[in-house]
Amino acid sequence: MSGSARLAPEVQYATLEQQGDTAQLGMWVFLVNETIFFGALIFAYFLYRMTYPHEFAAAARDTVLWCGSLNFVLLLTSSLTMVLAINAAAQDENPRRMMIWLVVTVALGSAFLVVKGYEYYLDYQDKVVPVVHFESKPGEGSAGELFWMFYWVGTGLHAVHLTVGIALVLYMLLWRIRRGEIGPTYYAPLEVVGIYWSFVDTVWLFLFPSIYLLGRS
Amino acid sequence: MYHWIPFWPDTAAVNAVVVNNLYIAELALSGLIMATVVVMMLSFCIHYRSRSTASRANLVEKTWHFEIVWTSATLGVFLILFVWGAAIYLWLFKPPPADEEVYVVGKQWMWKVEHPGGQREIDALHVPVDKTIRLVLASEDVIHSFFVPAFRIKHDVVPGTLETIWFKANKTGVFKLECTQYCGLQHATMQGDIVVMTAPDYARWLAEQGVNEALAAQGADLFRAHGCSGCHGENSTVHAPSLAGLYGTLVHLEDGSVRIADDAYLRDCILNPRSFTVAGYPPVMPDFSGQLGEDELLKLIAYIKSLAGKQEAGR
Amino acid sequence: MSTTTFGRVPAVEPGAATEPSYLTSENTIVSWLFTRDHKRIALLFFVSITFFFFVGGGAATLMRMNLATPEGLLQPALYNRMFTMHGIIMVWFFLIPSIPTTFGNFFIPMMIGARDLAFPRVNLLSWYVFNLSGFVVLYALIMGGADTGWTFYTPLSTVYANGYVFAAAMAVFINGFSSIMTALNFVVTIHRLRAPGMTWMRLPLFVWAIYAVSVVMLTATPVLAMDTFLLAVERFIGIGLFDPRHGGDPLLWQHMFWFYSHPAVYIMILPAMGVASEIIPCYARRPVFGYAGMTIALMSIAILSFFVWAHHMFVAGISIYSGIVFSLATFFVAVPSAIKVFNWTVSLHKGRITFDAPMLYALGFVLLFTMGGVTGLMLATLAVDVDVHGTYFVIAHFHYIMVGATVSAFFGALHYWWPKMTGRLYPEMWARFAAILTYVGFNLTFFPQFVLGYLGMPRRSYTYPAEWQSWNLLSSAGASILAVAYLLPLFYLGWSVFWGRKAGANPWGATGLEWLTPSPPPKHNFERTPAVRLGPYSYDPESDSFVTQEGTRHVR
Ligand code: HEA
Ligand code: HEA
Ligand code: HEC
Ligand code: CUA
Ligand SMILES: [Cu+2]
Repeated sequence: MSGSARLAPEVQYATLEQQGDTAQLGMWVFLVNETIFFGALIFAYFLYRMTYPHEFAAAARDTVLWCGSLNFVLLLTSSLTMVLAINAAAQDENPRRMMIWLVVTVALGSAFLVVKGYEYYLDYQDKVVPVVHFESKPGEGSAGELFWMFYWVGTGLHAVHLTVGIALVLYMLLWRIRRGEIGPTYYAPLEVVGIYWSFVDTVWLFLFPSIYLLGRS
Repeated sequence: MYHWIPFWPDTAAVNAVVVNNLYIAELALSGLIMATVVVMMLSFCIHYRSRSTASRANLVEKTWHFEIVWTSATLGVFLILFVWGAAIYLWLFKPPPADEEVYVVGKQWMWKVEHPGGQREIDALHVPVDKTIRLVLASEDVIHSFFVPAFRIKHDVVPGTLETIWFKANKTGVFKLECTQYCGLQHATMQGDIVVMTAPDYARWLAEQGVNEALAAQGADLFRAHGCSGCHGENSTVHAPSLAGLYGTLVHLEDGSVRIADDAYLRDCILNPRSFTVAGYPPVMPDFSGQLGEDELLKLIAYIKSLAGKQEAGR
Repeated sequence: MSTTTFGRVPAVEPGAATEPSYLTSENTIVSWLFTRDHKRIALLFFVSITFFFFVGGGAATLMRMNLATPEGLLQPALYNRMFTMHGIIMVWFFLIPSIPTTFGNFFIPMMIGARDLAFPRVNLLSWYVFNLSGFVVLYALIMGGADTGWTFYTPLSTVYANGYVFAAAMAVFINGFSSIMTALNFVVTIHRLRAPGMTWMRLPLFVWAIYAVSVVMLTATPVLAMDTFLLAVERFIGIGLFDPRHGGDPLLWQHMFWFYSHPAVYIMILPAMGVASEIIPCYARRPVFGYAGMTIALMSIAILSFFVWAHHMFVAGISIYSGIVFSLATFFVAVPSAIKVFNWTVSLHKGRITFDAPMLYALGFVLLFTMGGVTGLMLATLAVDVDVHGTYFVIAHFHYIMVGATVSAFFGALHYWWPKMTGRLYPEMWARFAAILTYVGFNLTFFPQFVLGYLGMPRRSYTYPAEWQSWNLLSSAGASILAVAYLLPLFYLGWSVFWGRKAGANPWGATGLEWLTPSPPPKHNFERTPAVRLGPYSYDPESDSFVTQEGTRHVR
């Protein structure tokens, strides 16, 4: 199955190594860009949090803490399994171990989405969906709705990113690896996906404390 | 009616004179810079056109000598411009004690003016000449911008807060009042007249307006009607701060910060009491947002301000 | 830090039969629509942005027609929608992509000696995303347009406006991804795919400029993306992050918008500066004055541009002290521009100057940029901005830079590189005529607007008092001359594609790597890997010779 030996670099590259390096640089640059994207949201969130500290704290107490924490654990673990998959790709000629770890990663990522979906359902029942289904709770004032705006936009965008991540891993599993294009000689594509995956994880590392934990005592 | 192509706007206020000087200086400087660049470019282009036989030997090698010179020269000029402009800006946007205070509310697409005596006008503002006028600006809907070209003053009017600007007209006459922030369909027609009158004319004009009640008095009525007096009144049982003498003082807040009790602060107190609390009081003041229009607010504020002198300032 | 090895050993050995050019190698529609060749993608982009330039220009035509009389000819609602769509289309659908996606795409790989950009598929995707956003903006336009101004100030845009604001905001949002993809490609390519010997200090200034602009695009655009996303959400469901009635802050929108849009104005000028830095040495036949200073200036503009955004908000209700800080920062960002203007001018000294059309455009660029720049300084001066903010003075300032300078540079680049792109020479006399006509028409159109601005004419007005008609009429008359000057090249350049004289590999005697390969270039740019030995502008006016970057001397 060592199809990677047959791989040739694209025309603009001299070697596969250069191609892999370049792909990684591309992903890092992209992530700088993504960081600023989420950074802008988190910045605005903290700005409002400073303007309405009491209202935001009151509203934050209505978030479903166990869902957020469980997801935190799920996602951290998935980053670990992702790294293990990349290690396996670098070491084993046989893709089995890599594929197993990738399947676990996909499973963990999907579990995150399921928990998140259930949490959204609970949120709906709790009437905290602005405009659509909303009831102001005591202590929140009108700014409570702003908090929930940020909650939905932030977690929603994160979920979209995670979905893209899952799709990328599936693409690796079902296409690149099956065609024997990932192996010890060349596994840069998988590394690139891995970098992206840890980024999505890191975003949750920021969102979770800022949304769920802050102001809860 | 006009007879000739206009080149220069009227200069009809103390503020305008000061800004005008800076503007003329900058125009002259810009002209000088443009002239320098054009002259250099033209003379090189002619002298070194491809057919000329001028010597091309010894091209400058150490370019950075020159670069340092013109970098520091421009930086120096820039700093002068900056300081000059900033000094005037501070002076323009820090209102001095006023002879008269007028309230202006922007609304799609008109300017509503309320004089302290209760006189109201729309798309017009009558003021006396040689008096410092302070304007308190509010918006009922979107962002507008209050602009009087002849006075060289302008400020955006942002909904959700109050802005204060000032001017001192030094010529009588009728000048344009404009809105310079795009505010929807009829933004272009959100214009009016500033009528600057001599003091006697102005007094006569005020008297002719058939006023029912001064602004503060109208505010006092609202103060009772909305139940403010129930808490802030003299014989109230609620532990609420007295508002007499409040305006213009420093207020200590529960979270340790200090704010000046200006117009914007009073507005925040009434519409957004939950976001901060005065030190030493329970956070029980109800939220009045949605219940008071911008002009009602201005009346309430005028009333609270009118209490300023009634008791000794210590609170 | 980077690997600077050049691509695989070419398929064709030197001396063997030359490859067919990129234009003729394959000729099906599919081969164009699914091409991964950066040169073809550049042409695809060229078609798209030219289309949008004329759409935006059409809107400008209607606006200037309307403003020829004080009462106005158009319905107010139509006028308002026209200037909004004019701004949106000109900024995001023409000027921001203009030079990078066409000349950048075509020439960055060639100037650094690479065979393509790092990610050709991303490059193609960028064009599709651009067109998708283009469809959305055309949808917004055809359905009736938005009427908020290109700045989408809240709460007007979120609550009060009743045009197609949602669609327009989404178009801008999607468009951002195209910017980001293109910029990412350039940054990575310039880092990793330079030919052997192509060190950073041997890069042509155009490459430096595109590098600087890509860095700005990458760091500023995501903020706009988040901003327009929140705007669209707010417009769609009505909860007010930017609406004071819900406790939101309308100024937050402005901060986030200008945090992007101020750097964006440098996105629009930096590539033009790069173009001028290529053209001027070539037609003055001497090295550019102060190469190192020019690169430092480019990068410092790129970095400083992030710290000045609130100069658009001096009277918006920010604290006066932040007003002062931002004014100072604005003066600082103007210093590197000053360096560049002086260096370009002195680059003429002891040259052997010829006045071909690209040079005329480039000289026009320098003059109009200076004019726009010094009026920018007047705006940066706090007290003067208080007076002229929101008037035609601002309109004149930015048209001087964006239209006078950048669009001139765009036309300069188009003429300069036309022979390389098409293999044909354009008719020189017509081109010079168009260049001069542009300059005259431009000044006639926009100089009167400075006067109008100081007189107090508010921007975004469909009607104005009668005493201002003379200036407005002059401006409208100028605009029709300008329209002719912009339409002319369409004809003679189109003509030259079929009947123009054939251009050799290096018709101007220029030094860059792109001139080493045949015109039009073969599919993979070079038949042989260039090995770079010299800096980019080795012209010698004394002996009237030049040395290419590979080190061969040519005497003219
Ligand atoms: C390509 C676009 C571009 C560029 C490059 C610039 C460049 C500059 N701009 Fe401009 N600007 C815009 C596009 C651009 N601008 C747009 C679109 C708007 C309005 C948006 C809207 O509201 O719709 C705007 C608005 C705008 C404002 C806000 C006005 C207002 O709304 O009130 C300000 C204020 O500071 C400003 C300043 C400057 C300055 C200082 C520069 C400087 O970078 C210029 C530097 C250049 C020079 C200074 C010339 C060369 C220098 C010399 C020859 C040195 C010698 C000179 C002296 C010693 C004086 N601009
Ligand atoms: C970025 C680039 C850019 C470019 C290239 C232009 C180009 C032009 N602009 Fe632009 N303009 C802006 C960016 C630009 N503008 C922005 C950002 C605003 C602010 C918008 C806002 O306030 O929100 C603005 C606003 C603006 C105003 C102020 C509107 C107002 O505030 O009320 C005016 C008024 O004269 C104007 C005029 C022009 C003219 C005459 C041109 C000319 O240079 C155009 C020349 C081109 C042509 C003339 C095309 C020729 C083609 C034809 C003639 C075919 C016509 C076809 C049909 C009609 C079917 N522009
Ligand atoms: C239920 C009682 C109550 C009512 C009714 C009420 N207030 Fe208050 N108000 C308070 C209390 C208590 C405080 C101090 C705590 C705080 O800042 O929230 C306060 C604070 C203020 C302050 C700030 C005072 C300072 O010292 O800085 C202003 C101004 C004010 N109120 C105006 C009004 C106006 C105008 C109304 C009517 C439209 C009104 N209040 C109605 C209880 C009330
Ligand atoms: Cu109000 Cu424009
Ligand atoms: Cu700016």
